[in-house]
Amino acid sequence: MPATRKAWKVDVLVTLKPSVLDPQGATVQRALESMGYADLTAARLGKYLQLTFRGRLSRKAVEQQARRMCDKLLVNPVIEQYRLTVAEDRGREAKP
Amino acid sequence: MKFGIVVFPGSNCDHDCYAAVRDVLGQPARFIWHGERSLPDVDCVILPGGFSYGDYLRTGAIARFSPVMAAVRRHAERGRPLIGICNGFQILLEAGLLPGAMLRNRDLHFVCRYVHLRVESRRSPFTRALAEGQVLRIPVAHGEGNYFCDPGTLERLRANNQILFRYCGPDGETGPAHNPNGSLDHIAGICNTAGNVVGMMPHPERCMEPAMGSTDGRELFRSLLAEAAAVLG
Repeated sequence: MPATRKAWKVDVLVTLKPSVLDPQGATVQRALESMGYADLTAARLGKYLQLTFRGRLSRKAVEQQARRMCDKLLVNPVIEQYRLTVAEDRGREAKP
Repeated sequence: MKFGIVVFPGSNCDHDCYAAVRDVLGQPARFIWHGERSLPDVDCVILPGGFSYGDYLRTGAIARFSPVMAAVRRHAERGRPLIGICNGFQILLEAGLLPGAMLRNRDLHFVCRYVHLRVESRRSPFTRALAEGQVLRIPVAHGEGNYFCDPGTLERLRANNQILFRYCGPDGETGPAHNPNGSLDHIAGICNTAGNVVGMMPHPERCMEPAMGSTDGRELFRSLLAEAAAVLG
């Protein structure tokens, strides 16, 4: 575990599984098609969550916590899937 | 039979359930705040409709972590009756007490109207006294009642007679025109394999007296009470 406190930013992208019909995406797609975008083949909606962490945490520990949050609450595995990225947030200098 | 109605922040059908149980059925009823860690002395638990936690994140997703839900789970595991109506159904799905999940309604609209339901199975105490194929008129009021599950789960639901109600027309015929939300296989309500845990999107508590347009909601509760009376003998 690192001795210094760091700030981390985790971006989580939640989307409906490809096998699940997306009524909102289908409506957006129809709207775009009616606007003349003939080359559009699909539009699907998802959710974007931004999680920030601060503390004596390694990148791995942050990712583990974020994944646990996704599995427990943020994502419903029956209908959704997710991917996430972890980045050190240098803009928020961690206070000692 | 003693009824407990769980009140989450954002529940709004709790008083309807209370009135249905106490005033129409003449049974004792009490509210249970979601922050309780145990259940009072009740035989049947109702998770009522509404918008628990504002439907934030996903419908029912946050309510399932309310302190009372651990006690509700134990109640269900003891085989005691538990029914989730509308948002209550969504909570049961998120809690994993029933299989599947809810999607936005097919047409994205909030649908609030009377629909017809066909009784498909007598597996639960709420349907035991009904007849398979019987058609009920019960209102729905939801934006996310588009039931979904994977093909394997659907196969199991069918094989175990866990599908209790399907949306239908006045004569019991099913089809997209009679399905208000696009739910898979026209599913309106299901139960667990034991039959004691029931989830349904339509609101039986909203059709308990002639002035409400239908009294078909009583049928479910009467079935439950008849079953309890038979068990107590």
